[in-house]
Amino acid sequence: MSRPAPVPSTGLIGSLSPGHRERLLALAHEVDHPASTRLFEEGGRADRFWIVRTGTVALDIHLPGRGPAVVETIGTGGLVGWSWLCPPHEWHLGAETRSRVEAWQFDAAEVRAVCAAHPEFGLPLVTLVAETIGRRLRATRTRLLDLYGPQPGAPSP
Amino acid sequence: MTLVPLPHRLTSRHRETADTVTFELEPLSGGLGPFAPGQYAMLYAFGIGEIPVSVCRTSGDGRLTHTVRAVGAVSRGLCDLPAGASVGVRGPFGNGWNLRAARGHDLLVVAGGIGLAPLRPLIDAVLAEPAAYGRLNVLVGARTPGDLLYRAELPAWRRPFGAVTVDRPAGGWTGRVGVVTALLDEALFAPENATAFVCGPEVMMRATARELVDRGLPAGRVQLSLERNMRCATGHCGHCQLGPLLLCRDGPVVPYDQAEPLLTVREL
Repeated sequence: MSRPAPVPSTGLIGSLSPGHRERLLALAHEVDHPASTRLFEEGGRADRFWIVRTGTVALDIHLPGRGPAVVETIGTGGLVGWSWLCPPHEWHLGAETRSRVEAWQFDAAEVRAVCAAHPEFGLPLVTLVAETIGRRLRATRTRLLDLYGPQPGAPSP
Repeated sequence: MTLVPLPHRLTSRHRETADTVTFELEPLSGGLGPFAPGQYAMLYAFGIGEIPVSVCRTSGDGRLTHTVRAVGAVSRGLCDLPAGASVGVRGPFGNGWNLRAARGHDLLVVAGGIGLAPLRPLIDAVLAEPAAYGRLNVLVGARTPGDLLYRAELPAWRRPFGAVTVDRPAGGWTGRVGVVTALLDEALFAPENATAFVCGPEVMMRATARELVDRGLPAGRVQLSLERNMRCATGHCGHCQLGPLLLCRDGPVVPYDQAEPLLTVREL
């Protein structure tokens, strides 16, 4: 029997206060997926989310005629899915495990209900999800700059 | 250090990527002084011009290894040189990485694109003396899988933590996708006892340094290798000025607490 994965000290779980972490984890279901498991599909109902304990999940977008194109990967401690938080609660991307993935899975409606009933827990959690969204937005903008490619106007020694 | 280019012979070359070549230079008569990791040489492609290039590996007998990406006339000229060709070399120049200050610390080596080249001799030095340091983390970002440097060596840098991520996956890539800072979540380090060495495009270095400081690393322990238009390499011409610094002489390695206020000034 394999040892359970440790609680990540970084990411959303690591950033929550011990009390809030305990409250959130009380809502979690431990899941263990083999590689190449589809977690959700673009356009599907965003009724769950995950926090990765070990392994990597790839987010992808379907390109007609080409299949899924991976746009980002999420590793240990990372939040998989935020569409569950905002209406219309539909996935914007697809997700697939790249390796064996151990994760905490959460029921979105249940977490939203607890957040609404206990704002002292809900606000920090939603703030951390917003931070995650902000970090990914900044990363996406940085990648739009194509920093590692040729830079027009830069000195070319 | 010499101000006159000393002739070297290009003894071997290896194409790393479509536009990047690693070559080894051997002194024809009397080598240059020892290069420390992070220092650079001025490489003279005869008849074309001279550019600064970091050493990416050194040996005790004066041989130097450089990785050059063809982006302009001189770098293209160097990349096109065949084995046996002559290259003029001046150096060593610059201050290099302050590895001595990192003894006993967890190390974060964060590279973007060609920025891995000046970090490779630092990784070599750490691997040669592993007991002197804490956990080594090597985080590498590249544009595509085809743009990765030193592919044969990457597996040896995975312990205790090493990872590669690309902006644009292609060709059956099964590794990580995204910015290099995303890998920091998985790196193994105690912020209060860690030192970071960062080299890559300036935007990437700023983002990495900010992220590390947010995670508790003191700004003075985040070392960046900066680049400006280095010409003379001796602090005389002023082309590489960054505020009060002449990067050819006072850099290229600058701690983030010193660099941070300068990097956000548009005129610099």
